[in-house]
Amino acid sequence: MTGRDLDPTLLRLLGSGEPESDCDECFARLDRYVELELAGAPADTLVPGLRAHLAGCPTCAEEHESLHALLELDSAS
Amino acid sequence: MSVADTNPDVSALAAPGIRRDEAVADLHGLLLRAARFEVFRRREFLPQLSAVELDELAQEAADDAAVSVLRRLDDFRGESAFRTWAYKFALLEASVKVRRRVWRDREVTLDPERWESLAHAGPGPDDDAENAALLEAVRDGIKTALTPRQRQVLVAAVLEGIPIDVLAERLGSNRNAIYKVLHDARRRLREHVVAAGFLEVRE
Repeated sequence: MTGRDLDPTLLRLLGSGEPESDCDECFARLDRYVELELAGAPADTLVPGLRAHLAGCPTCAEEHESLHALLELDSAS
Repeated sequence: MSVADTNPDVSALAAPGIRRDEAVADLHGLLLRAARFEVFRRREFLPQLSAVELDELAQEAADDAAVSVLRRLDDFRGESAFRTWAYKFALLEASVKVRRRVWRDREVTLDPERWESLAHAGPGPDDDAENAALLEAVRDGIKTALTPRQRQVLVAAVLEGIPIDVLAERLGSNRNAIYKVLHDARRRLREHVVAAGFLEVRE
């Protein structure tokens, strides 16, 4: 069994086990990461460790989701 | 050459006089837009607040974000648009204020022994024997492999669903430090279950 097969509660308890940023690094790099995502660029390759952090940190994940949505709204208006 | 020399938004904010005042007012407008976006996006979690009260929360977030942006202007490296960089400060301030308000009147249980509730949070009776055995190994790991602080943070953040910034406030710490405790707890727990014969170690 690998981490990918885990029950969601167990996955939240054990984490992905992948290398990841911390919350401060996530905040520092989030703007670039989201712009890369919206441009269709390989954000996970260019900003390594952020995706794993977002998977393990619901608080940073909320802010990522909001920045993504706000920039999408900007580009649509 | 610094970013302030090449980016008109940054150079205006760094300049003295009327030009700076206008730039700060523009910045505040930008931050307020982002803060309102965040607060009203999460309004379902604050049904007790009126639209006026929600807007006051957004105003407070924009004010705090403006202070942060101006204090950290030298951190802007031009790796994104200035607007995107500034937005994230407002979204951070607004989301923290919303989460703290949501949890303000809720009891936050910081009992590290609450991990025993995992018996009810994990796989159900229809799940296979391997998952049940893994669950038991995790329960054992929480009990024996973690420090009391790690157990407390892991249980509160994962099983109780308390946001880590709310947790940090209650524990007199900060978000990054609490996440590090959570990260270390997960690492120790994974090592424990791998040693017990569960999970493959990934390179």
